[in-house]
Amino acid sequence: MVKFSHFVLLLLFGGAMTVEVQRPRGVPLSKRQFYEEDKPFTCLDGSRTIPFDRVNDDYCDCPDGSDEPGTAACPNGNFHCTNAGFRPAFIPSSRVNDGICDCCDTTDEYNSGADCQNTCRELGRKEKEELQKIAEIAKEGFMLKKQLIQEAKQGLEDKKAKLGDVQDSKKDLEAKVEALRTVKETAEQPEKEAKERHLKAWEDQKAVIRMEKDKARMAAVFLELDDDADGSVSVAELQSHSELDPDSDGSFTESEAQGLLGGVEKVDTVAFETVWNNIKEKYVSENQPNADVPPAGESPQEETRDTVSDNDSENYPDEDIPEEEDDEDEEEDDEMDEEDYKAPPAMQTDEKTKDDDEEGPMPPYDQETQALIDGAQKARDEFNEAEKALREVEDQIRNLEKEISFDFGPSSEFAYLYSQCYELTTGEYVYRLCPFNRVSQKPKFGGSETSLGTWGKWAGPEDNIYSVMKYEHGTGCWQGPNRSTIVKLTCGKETVVTSTSEPSRCEYLMEFISPAICQEPASFDSGHPDHEEL
Amino acid sequence: MATFTERMGPVLLLWLAVCLSGTWAVDKGNFKTCDQSAFCKRQRAVKPGESPYRALLETMELTNTRLTLQLINDNNKVRLLLELYRLQGNITRVKINELKPLKPRYEVPDVLIREPPTEPLSLLSQDENGVVLSLGAESQRVIVSARPFRLDIVEGRDVLMSLNSRGLLGFEHLRMRKDTQADPEAENKEGTDPANQAETATEEEEKVEDGMWEETFKSHTDSKPNGPSAISLDFSLPGVENVYGIPEHADTLKLKTTDSGDPYRLYNLDVFQYELYNPMALYGGVPVMLAHNVQRTTGIFWLNAAETWVDISSNTAGKTVFGKMLDYVQGSSETPQTDVRWISESGIIDVFLMLGPTPRDVFSQYASLTGTQAFPPLASLGYHQCRWNYNDQEDVRSVDAGFDEHDIPYDFIWLDIEHTDGKRYFTWDPHKFASPKEMLQGLLDKKRKMVAIVDPHIKVDTNYKIHNEIRSQGFYVKNKDGADYEGWCWPGSAGYPDFTRPDMRAWWASQFAYDKYEGAMENLNTWNDMNEPSVFNGPEVTMHKDAMHGSWEHRELHNLYGLYVHMATAQGLLERSGGTERPFVLTRAFFAGSQRYGAVWTGDNAAEWEHLKISIPMCLSMGLVGISFCGADVGGFFKSPSTELLVRWYQTGAYQPFFRAHAHLDTPRREPWLFGPENTALIREAVRQRYTFLPYWYQLLYHAYRTGEPVMRPLWVEYPQDPATFALDDEFLLGRNLLVHPVTEEGARGVTAYLPGKDEAWFDIHTFQKHNGGQNLYIPVTMSSIPVFQRGGSIIPRKLRVRRSSTCMEHDPYTLYVALNNQRTAEGELYIDDGHTFNYEKKEFIHRRFSFTNNVLSSANLEPDTQFTTKSWVERIIILGASKPSMITLKSADGEENQLEFDFDASMSVLTIRKPGMNAGADWTVTLQ
Repeated sequence: MVKFSHFVLLLLFGGAMTVEVQRPRGVPLSKRQFYEEDKPFTCLDGSRTIPFDRVNDDYCDCPDGSDEPGTAACPNGNFHCTNAGFRPAFIPSSRVNDGICDCCDTTDEYNSGADCQNTCRELGRKEKEELQKIAEIAKEGFMLKKQLIQEAKQGLEDKKAKLGDVQDSKKDLEAKVEALRTVKETAEQPEKEAKERHLKAWEDQKAVIRMEKDKARMAAVFLELDDDADGSVSVAELQSHSELDPDSDGSFTESEAQGLLGGVEKVDTVAFETVWNNIKEKYVSENQPNADVPPAGESPQEETRDTVSDNDSENYPDEDIPEEEDDEDEEEDDEMDEEDYKAPPAMQTDEKTKDDDEEGPMPPYDQETQALIDGAQKARDEFNEAEKALREVEDQIRNLEKEISFDFGPSSEFAYLYSQCYELTTGEYVYRLCPFNRVSQKPKFGGSETSLGTWGKWAGPEDNIYSVMKYEHGTGCWQGPNRSTIVKLTCGKETVVTSTSEPSRCEYLMEFISPAICQEPASFDSGHPDHEEL
Repeated sequence: MATFTERMGPVLLLWLAVCLSGTWAVDKGNFKTCDQSAFCKRQRAVKPGESPYRALLETMELTNTRLTLQLINDNNKVRLLLELYRLQGNITRVKINELKPLKPRYEVPDVLIREPPTEPLSLLSQDENGVVLSLGAESQRVIVSARPFRLDIVEGRDVLMSLNSRGLLGFEHLRMRKDTQADPEAENKEGTDPANQAETATEEEEKVEDGMWEETFKSHTDSKPNGPSAISLDFSLPGVENVYGIPEHADTLKLKTTDSGDPYRLYNLDVFQYELYNPMALYGGVPVMLAHNVQRTTGIFWLNAAETWVDISSNTAGKTVFGKMLDYVQGSSETPQTDVRWISESGIIDVFLMLGPTPRDVFSQYASLTGTQAFPPLASLGYHQCRWNYNDQEDVRSVDAGFDEHDIPYDFIWLDIEHTDGKRYFTWDPHKFASPKEMLQGLLDKKRKMVAIVDPHIKVDTNYKIHNEIRSQGFYVKNKDGADYEGWCWPGSAGYPDFTRPDMRAWWASQFAYDKYEGAMENLNTWNDMNEPSVFNGPEVTMHKDAMHGSWEHRELHNLYGLYVHMATAQGLLERSGGTERPFVLTRAFFAGSQRYGAVWTGDNAAEWEHLKISIPMCLSMGLVGISFCGADVGGFFKSPSTELLVRWYQTGAYQPFFRAHAHLDTPRREPWLFGPENTALIREAVRQRYTFLPYWYQLLYHAYRTGEPVMRPLWVEYPQDPATFALDDEFLLGRNLLVHPVTEEGARGVTAYLPGKDEAWFDIHTFQKHNGGQNLYIPVTMSSIPVFQRGGSIIPRKLRVRRSSTCMEHDPYTLYVALNNQRTAEGELYIDDGHTFNYEKKEFIHRRFSFTNNVLSSANLEPDTQFTTKSWVERIIILGASKPSMITLKSADGEENQLEFDFDASMSVLTIRKPGMNAGADWTVTLQ
C-alpha cells in the first residue's frame, strides 16, 4: 500500500516575494480554504463530509473526486501543478504517479519512480520568447492590416465610383444598341426580299436544267435499251435489265416487262417517255460506273455520297479525348463559347457549298442585290459590335457589384486577396490557393490539375468566423466525397501558404498566413500570465 | 485493408472495372460456387446410397495403439488403407489413404502440436460382418461394418456418430493421365497385384469427366497435372439438431442446412465487401465442427488444408415447431439427426472425432491436438486505434495527443500499408515516416505501442533487399513452370515467399531482428494482412492452385499459407527479444492452430448495422474452434458509420476480445472525438469500461491459453441443457461470469436479453439491479447503455483507476465485485504477472482464488509454488446481493485483525467495503458479522 505525506510544503517564487503556503497535495491556492487541517472535509459538491485524514488517503470518498486532489484514487479528479516558472495546470488524477512526467515541476510523479526533471523555468523562458515573437509579429501584422483596411476602403470607393461610371456608359450603350437594331432591321427587310428574288430565279433555272438533263438521259437510255437499234424498246430488251424487276423477286418475267411498257410489246421514243418515268429510279446504266451520268438529284445514292464526303472533310475533331482533359479545359471552353456566340453563324456558308455541288454554283447576286446585302451586313456588324460592348459593360458591372458586396471581413481587410493566387510546392505537388475563388493541386512532374474545391464560405467558429475558409465541391473522389479544403488563417507579416495536408481522404487542410487576420495586440508589458494565483 | 485502391497501377484498373461495377456488395461472380469447382460438383453429384466400399476384414491388423484394415471400392477395385486410433482424452482418429498411391498424398504438417498420444484399443468381438472395438472407459465402442463399410461410434445404447452411413465415402485415387483410349486388354484375374488390378479396372469403369485434368474459371486455367484427387466422407449425428463452427463465414452461430444452396466453403480468400448470411468462404478456415444436444457435445476435426466444402442436412430442419410438437405428442417422431458431409479437393482423410461429452471436454480435446490460444501481452487487450492510414509521423503524434486531450485510454496505434516505402514491407516511407524511432520513442514515453503492417507479398524490385534475398535463396513460391510465381498486389508485381519451408520461415523471422528491421523498437508489433494469400490477378483473387511449394502443389495446402505467415512472423517477434517477450501479431487468414500465434480479426467488414450484428456470431464461431483472440473492425472498414452506429460499435467492441477501430482510406476521419462532446463522452465511457475489466480479460486469456476454452462464448457452452440458448447469437458470455447483450439495432429503445439459468441471479453491472435467471428480460436502453450482467456466484476483480494506457495501470489497486448467488456464495480468480514476458512459464505469476461462503470472503493461492510480487492492493470490495453486516473484520496472513469500514445501500443490497488495503498477492479473509 502506498504511503505518503498528506501535505507538501510549497515554496513559490513570485518576483522578489517568497511565500510559504501549506496545503494538501494537488490543491490549487484558489481552493486552499476548503481544505483546512483538522477540520472535517466537505466534498466540494457538498455531497458528504469526511474526517480530514481521508483527504488524499488514496481512497475516493467524494463522488466529485474532491477528497483526493493529490492521488489517482478518483476517476474524475484533477491534480493541480503549480509549475513555478511556467504556467500552472490541472491534469486528470489518472496521470498522477502513472510513470509519465506531465507537470513540468515533476509534482505529479512523487511516488512512481519516474525520473522527471523540472523543466518549468526552461519552458517559461521559451514560452516567453515565443509569446514575444508572436506579439511582435502580431504588432507588425496589425500595422499591415490597418494599411490593408485603408487600401480596401479606398479600393471600395474606387470601385463604387467606377460602377457609377460604368452604369452610365451602360445606359448610353443600351440606347445605341436600340438605335442600331432599328437601322439593322430596316436594312435587312429589302435585303431579304432581294435575296429571295434572286434565289427564286435560280431555282427556276435549275429546274429547267434538271429537266433537260433528264431528257438527255432518257434518250441515252433508250438507245442503250434498244439493242437491235430498231427505234423501239421491246419486252425482251427491257428484260435484259433485271434490276427493273418490279417485285424484285429475282425473276423479271415477260408479263412484268410488258406491264412496264404499258401493256404493249414495244415502245418508240415518244411512248418511252411514260415508261421512263417508271423505271428511271431503278435503271442501271450498262456503262456503269460512269461518273458522267449522275443520277437524279434526289436519289438516295447522292445522299450517301454526301454524308461520306462530309465525314471525310471533318476528320479533325478527335472523338476520343479522355474526360480528364475535358475537365481541364472547362474554363477555357466557357470563354470559347462566348467567342462563338459573337461570331457570325457558320451554317449559311455550309449550305451554299452544298448547293454548289449540284447544278453548278449559284450565279452571283446582281449589283443591286449585292448593295442591299452589303448595307445590311454593315448594319448587322455595327449592331453586333454595340451589343458586344454592352455585354462587356454588363459583365463589368456584375463583377464590380460582386466584389463590392463580397464579405471580405469586418473591415474588408481580406479584400486584397481577391483575384490573387498563392502557391506551395511540396515533394509531389504544387498547391495553389486563389482566395475567394478556388484551391487546386497539380503534380510537380506533369499531370493534370485537380480542383480541391471552389470558394464556399467563411467557416471559423462563431466568435472568430474569419479564421477559417472553406472551399467545396472540388473534383470527386473515387468512392468518396468531392474534394474540399479547409484553409486556416493565422496572423503573420506575409501572405503565404505554409502547409497543406490531407487529414482525411479528399479533405484537405491548408495553413495560410496573412496580416489580415492579425488582432490588435494586447499590451504585453505587464509580463507573465503565470502569476494568476498569487 | 481493402483489395484495391485508386492508386494502383493501370493493370489493376481492368481488374477493378470487372470487380466493381459500381456496387457495394461482393461480386459473387468472382468466387466459385460448388458447381464451378469441378471436384465439388463431382462429389456432390454422388447421392446417398449403398457405399461401394467394403472392409476387407482379413487384412485387419490390431496393435496396441492402432487398427489398420484395407477397404476396397467394388466399382474400381482400388484399395484404401484405414487407420483407426484411440487418442488420449476421448478422441478417435480415423485416417484413410490409398493403399498404394501413385505418389504420396499430402498430409497436413505443423498443425498438430505433436503426434497425438494414443490409448490402447481392444477387440471386443469379430465376425464376418465386422468387428467391435472397445474405446476404453464409458462403454464406448467403435463398430466397423464390412459390407458396406461403415463406422459407428456407440456409447451404451446410443450411437454418437456414424461414418459412411450414407455411403458418401469418396476417394479419387491418383492415376496416370490417359491420352489415348483405354487399353482393351482388361485383366480381372485374382491374385494380381491389387494396385495393378485397380488401375486396369479404373480404365474400364471410370469415365473421364470435365474438370478432372484441367479446369477453367473465368480467365484462369488450372492445369491439374495430377488429375482428380478429391476425398469425401459423411458423418451422421443421431439426436443432434445443432451444429456450430467451421469458421470463417459471415453467418449465424448455429449453422444452417445447405440442401437448398451451396455447402459451407473453406478456402481462404480475400473477399471484397463480403455479404452476410451466406456460406461463402472468407479469409480463414478452421475445419472443425461442433455438434450439440442436451446430452452431449462432440466435435469433428477434418485435418485437410485443401479447398473444402461442408454440406449439412437435417431431418428436422424443415419442420415447424408445431410439426415437432405433433411428432412428440403422437410419439411417432423419428430421432432428430444431422448429417454432415465433408468434401476436399485433395490430400487424405484424417479426421479426429472429439467425443466430448461436455463442451469443455471438446475444447480441451481440440486443444490437445492443435494447442491453445497464445497468451497475449496484457496491453494488447486494451484499445487499438487503427486507420488506413495515419498519414505521417505528425499525424500519429496528433492522434496520440488527441487521446490525451480527450482523456480516452488506448494502447496501440496502427500503421497500414502507406507507412512503407512503396509497399516494401520492413521499410518506412522516407518522407512521411523519416524517423520511426523518434515516433516510437514518443509513444514509449507514454507507455504506448504501435503495430505496423507486414504483408507476405514482396515487391519484385531489384533495389529491394528483402526481394533480392528471397529470390537469391530460391525462397519464392514457384509457378507450374518452375519460375518464381508472380502476382499483383499492393506493390504491383509481387512474389510470394514459400512460408511452408522451415528455412524460409527462419529467414523471415530473422528479418524482425532490431538490426535488420530498421526503425523497429520493442514497442513495435506486427500485423499480417493479405495472407490468404491475396493475389489481385489470380483465380478468385488468390494463388493459382498449380503453383508449387517444393514438390507440393498450392492446391494441397492453400488454407495453411496464412497460418505459416502468422507463425513465422510471431517467431520473428519472439526471437528479436531473445525469446523473452510475448509477441503480438494480428492475422487475417487462419487455419486450425492459428490460435497459437496471436489474434485474428474478421477482415474487411462495412459500416452497417448488420455487420455490427454479425461480429458476434463470427467471433463466437472462432472461439468455439480455439481462436479466442478475435475482433471485428470497430466502426466498420468500408463506408462511413453514422454516429449512432459508431458509438454502438464501440460499446460492442469494448466487450469483444480484440478491440480495434479501423477505417478505409477513402472514409472521413473518425477518431473518437470527432463527433461532438456528447458522443466523445459515450465512446470514452465504453473504452473506460473496457479498461476497468482488463484484469478479468487478462485472466480469461490466461485461462484460454491454459485450457483452450473460448473467452467469448455462446450461452449454450455454459448452459448446455437449455435449448433456449442453442441458437442465441445476439448476446454472449465472457468467461462464465459476464453476459453481454450489446445494442446492435439502430434507434433501439430497448433490448431483450435472455438470462440463462433457472436458479441463477444476474446483476446489472451498472445499476447493480438483480435479475433472476431463466427469463427474457426487457431492458430499456439509451445511447449510453451497454447491457452487461455479472453472474451471481462470481467474483470479478477490476481496476477502476483508468489511465492513459494499460501499462500505466500496472500497479493500480483492485476493486473486487462479489456477486452473490441465491445460496449467498461466490467465487472468482485473479491472475497477475508482469504482463509481457514469458516469465509466467517460470512460475512468476500470482494466481489467486477468491471465494465467498458463510459470510467469509477469502483469497487463497491457486498455485502455491509460484513467485511474483505486485504493488497492487485491494482498495475496495463491493458485494452485490448482500445484507447489512454489523461488523467487518479483515484477517491477514500474519494473523493481524482489523476492522473495516463499509457502506450499505439497502435499496440495491450493495455492500461497499472501504479500503481493506491488503496486497493483491496475499492470503487474507474478510469476515462479515
